[in-house]
Amino acid sequence: MDSLIAIWESVPEALRIVIVILLKIIAILLPVIIAVAYTTFAERKIIGYMQVRCGPNRVGPKGWLQPIADVVKLMFKEIITPTKANRAVFFIAPMLALAPALAVWAVIPFWEGGVLSDINAGLLFVLAITSLDVFGIILAGWASNSKYAILSSMRVGAQVVAYEIAMGFALVGVLMLAGSLNLTEIVNAQAGGIQNWFMWPLFGLLVVYFISGVAETNRAPFDVAEGESEIVAGFHIEYSGMAFALFFLAEYASMLLISILTVLLFLGGWLSPFGASFADIPVLGIILGDGIHWLLLKAFFFLVLYLWFRATFPRYRYDQIMRLGWKILIPVTLVWIFGIIVFKALQELGVL
Amino acid sequence: MTFELFIFYMFATITVVSAIGVVTMRNPVYAALFLILAFFTSAATWILLEAEFLGVVLVLVYVGAVMVLFLFVIMMLDINIDPLREGFIRYLPIGILIAVVVAGEIILVLSSDVFTMDIPKPTPLDYSNTKALGELLYTDYVYPFELAAVILLVAMVAAISLAMRKRNDGTKRQIPIDQIRTKNTDRLRIVKMKSEEKL
Repeated sequence: MDSLIAIWESVPEALRIVIVILLKIIAILLPVIIAVAYTTFAERKIIGYMQVRCGPNRVGPKGWLQPIADVVKLMFKEIITPTKANRAVFFIAPMLALAPALAVWAVIPFWEGGVLSDINAGLLFVLAITSLDVFGIILAGWASNSKYAILSSMRVGAQVVAYEIAMGFALVGVLMLAGSLNLTEIVNAQAGGIQNWFMWPLFGLLVVYFISGVAETNRAPFDVAEGESEIVAGFHIEYSGMAFALFFLAEYASMLLISILTVLLFLGGWLSPFGASFADIPVLGIILGDGIHWLLLKAFFFLVLYLWFRATFPRYRYDQIMRLGWKILIPVTLVWIFGIIVFKALQELGVL
Repeated sequence: MTFELFIFYMFATITVVSAIGVVTMRNPVYAALFLILAFFTSAATWILLEAEFLGVVLVLVYVGAVMVLFLFVIMMLDINIDPLREGFIRYLPIGILIAVVVAGEIILVLSSDVFTMDIPKPTPLDYSNTKALGELLYTDYVYPFELAAVILLVAMVAAISLAMRKRNDGTKRQIPIDQIRTKNTDRLRIVKMKSEEKL
């Protein structure tokens, strides 16, 4: 043990910091990727049960090894490049889709202090990096040199720009109540039990945020980018093997991210719904007190909501998506923000 | 060379190289991609200057929104590049002249006293750039700030009203409220009639 410490101390300090950060990155991304793999499994199983089917149940006990079989299959598949595709952009596009989807996790806190980079402008960073996701999709569509793919790119571009505005406005309400852009401080501003969570005063914004989140990640019922019935598979129609898997990974990582962000911003993150009063009980206190298990539990609810949407709603028509984004969600957020301003002003004046 | 300086030079090199790429690339989509890279690395250098709000907003606004629309337009247009290159030699002297004048002006401005200042001390860890900017914008500079916002709004409304054409030529359009309100009696007419008699 002493020799190990001696080796560690002989490493230059700058390098030591880099090693620690790299280990932290692995500690965050490995669970994320495993969670992505099992989200695909959960999706097929849950939607299966909702539609009175079994879902995958052949690989491993009750089908639990299915995601691993899928990964192996995708890895060994040939990556085919269309002859007239723009080769450079064709290969950069999946990476551009995945990199931002993974980079965002740097500022996500999982428990008090459990965050890789606790920056002041955390929420802004999340917004900025998630807004880069769309480039991968747009470029994939363009580089594939396919009519279906470019149509899908155009749809995604317009859709994401429209819903980003509603999403940003929904976050403004959170910022006003929390008074901070730092995600840890936003969660701590909701401390003190379920009645203090922002979901009550900001219920409308929570709904708008989650709907825009579903639209941003191109999931059903807003998945016109993939629209199997019209444009076959959309932007990834020409992709196969791991290149396709990267898009898949990016989409599901974004889903997990939106679920966790919704919880952090509106449902008190890792805070227990019972407040701090139960945390002192010897054994039960660990479960009833604050902790990452609450974050995961609440996030799981939103993840299931994603799947529930997919099993329930038919796909929106393209013009209806635009109408919902510009004419309904944005006005709703503006009115709600105005309400918060009035509430804050009255509080300041001492009326409330 | 400190680690910070190394990072600065790395980002600065990428910025300059990608900026050159923007003007030299023949394919407009490549040029737009290099512009995105230039924006991104400039944002990184701003963050290095401890202006994290500006850096993040640069990525959010320019890369996340403006460049998406840019790429959108470039991909839709099938730009033929050859005519754009035709006058290259003919306009080269004027181009060089303008470049020299602009470079001279930049050197004159940057070498003046306005830009010479002491290297600012690093701010403490809990210093929030966003908060400081917000306080300044909404107290000392609230009127210029609101004025700029109104001007932007006016420009936006003007642009939309210029681009929007009122069409009264009987174009069919969807009115969702009417669609929701329809009853089956509006669409379906049940006609009672005798069954066909045998001939």
